Amino acid sequence: MKDCYLGIDIGSISTKGVIIDDHQKIIKSLYIWTEGNPKEATKRLITKLKESLEANYVIKGVGTTGSARKLIGLMLDACVVKNEITAHAIGTLSRYPSVRTILEIGGQDSKMILLNRGIITDYSMNTLCAAGTGSFLSSQAKRLGIDIQDFGKLALQSNNPVKIAARCTVFAESDLIHKAQVGYQKKDIIAGLCKSIVLNYLNNVGKGKKIVGPIVFQGGVSKNEGVVKYFEEVLKQKIIVDPDSHLMGALGIAILAKNNKRKQAYHLDLQEVSFDTVGMECNQCPNNCEILKIYKNKKLIDAWGSRCGREFTK
Amino acid sequence: MKKKISFPQMGNYYIVAKYLFEHILDAEIMTPPKITSKTIEIGSKHSPDFVCTPFKYTLGTMIESLEKGANVLFQAGGGCRYGYYSELQEEILKELGYEFTYINFVSEGENDLKKIYHYLKQIDPHFKIRKGLYYLFIASKMVKYMDKIDDYIRLNIGFEIKKNSFQNLNQKMLKEFSKARGYFHLRRIYHQYKKKFRKIEIQKPKHPLKVGIIGELYTVMEPFSNYYLEIEMARYGIEIKRYTNVHYLLFEKGKKIKKYLKYAREYIHYKMGSDAADNIARTKYLCEQKYDGIIHIKSSFCTPEIGAMPIINKICKEYDMPIIFFSFDSSTSEVGIKTRCEAFYDMIEMRKKHERLLSRN
Repeated sequence: MKDCYLGIDIGSISTKGVIIDDHQKIIKSLYIWTEGNPKEATKRLITKLKESLEANYVIKGVGTTGSARKLIGLMLDACVVKNEITAHAIGTLSRYPSVRTILEIGGQDSKMILLNRGIITDYSMNTLCAAGTGSFLSSQAKRLGIDIQDFGKLALQSNNPVKIAARCTVFAESDLIHKAQVGYQKKDIIAGLCKSIVLNYLNNVGKGKKIVGPIVFQGGVSKNEGVVKYFEEVLKQKIIVDPDSHLMGALGIAILAKNNKRKQAYHLDLQEVSFDTVGMECNQCPNNCEILKIYKNKKLIDAWGSRCGREFTK
Repeated sequence: MKKKISFPQMGNYYIVAKYLFEHILDAEIMTPPKITSKTIEIGSKHSPDFVCTPFKYTLGTMIESLEKGANVLFQAGGGCRYGYYSELQEEILKELGYEFTYINFVSEGENDLKKIYHYLKQIDPHFKIRKGLYYLFIASKMVKYMDKIDDYIRLNIGFEIKKNSFQNLNQKMLKEFSKARGYFHLRRIYHQYKKKFRKIEIQKPKHPLKVGIIGELYTVMEPFSNYYLEIEMARYGIEIKRYTNVHYLLFEKGKKIKKYLKYAREYIHYKMGSDAADNIARTKYLCEQKYDGIIHIKSSFCTPEIGAMPIINKICKEYDMPIIFFSFDSSTSEVGIKTRCEAFYDMIEMRKKHERLLSRN
């Protein structure tokens, strides 16, 4: 029997799962859409991963990260539940130990992590707006009637990208429509969008940060060749994009699960376990905290969201 | 008509304010309603959009107090543009149709004792200055004791064995404080509880992580407005150091600011309003004391702190000190703050481990 470790990154748009062996090598990986239902997505992900996993492997650790990490961590009884920033840094460091800057653009958020000698020294995350993230790109691709997978290739064909005001998603969209109606070519508009994402990211997330190479670019948007090209153009440096760049968070959390001391065999028979969440308003004081109750096999196991620490029993 | 006095909330200091006014004025003193999500909702509704969050919180509390029957409101401004806020709040409340007497103790950043005396005479014609001064003295001591205990709590609450033991004892102590019969009684209570606090069991490593919290005064001192960030961070097993408290603002700031300006003279020459200069000097101090990280918190649109942030950033770069900035608004997402806090903790912990490895080799 061989040990292996599962890392799951449940993002807003996509759910990523990675199984690594003792040498931190990815044996199985999967990338599926979350579709607004992290629980179902995780169930699908785990069923598929387990089917493809050879019988001589035993899962000895589970880690979760991403915006639904807490919920899924509880559902799977994960041994590590960690934020995305740490997970991404650990994942990237395992492949590029000398990395100094990690650029990450995901579905709803974007972050920048600065490292020095394998230690995180600074990080930042987009705060208010999703402008320049993956979901914006995919909604614009839909508007222009192109498949998101061809987006990058089309952008590479253009020689003079259109200027697009990308400070805010809403403004960017109206500017984009305007440019299309005026008669600009589609490929130039797409290239302009890619460039605007780069500029917006650097002005927003990268504000005041010193970007030093080697630079690694990851997250779903790193699969877009157009964005990579404009990053290289603006930063005047080579950008490394790993073939598994979309899985780095999941890889990082799998490594953390592997390093965890609590080792136990996970069976992950999710079909037999019922897992429900019920949202309610507390109404006991004017705070009206939104409480989320979590039931496993019809039994309350946790309740989140109370500010006063009120205990819930039912 | 019987006078019913209320005032805005900040941390636990309402206990001192209530104690003071109860003893010197012949009027009913109302405990201002606790800050809840409703408070900030009402406050934001009637405030200008781009005003800083403390304005919204205090306005919300005052409206809630008025709804509960208060007819005299006390407010105190500060040294930033908040000095004029009080006047604006009065106008807003009057426009809403409330009838009340509004007393601003600190206008334009100055407090004039003569003026305050006249104000208090207006409310209670029998107000006696000697009695007033005596209880003012007790109140100042109470603030001092509260802040001292708070400092001790911050250093240790992350390491308590039984959850909430510090907070529960603190609540008990504050209840007894509010019943103090005089200065000596108060001092006795304080010393009793000081011993009790030292007896609370803690499990503290030899070199715990140490984080300093600096920033805009209201957001720093009112835990609701910073989403209980202080205690969240402490729970990771961190010693928290915070300088800003009411005792500092009332009794130390005047003396210390000159020292601060001298200490940080390579970064700042003049006062920048509010606590901006203080925070810059503290940043340098925390860096030199080899703290593991600094958290800077402010409400959105706080002008003095916005001015201080680039300088603080520069100091931290020079000393290679991890720092994180938080800006709180009425619509801040709590999850985002938690993620950043967690990542900040991971980062400083990783650094500390790494440093230890290096020093061992």
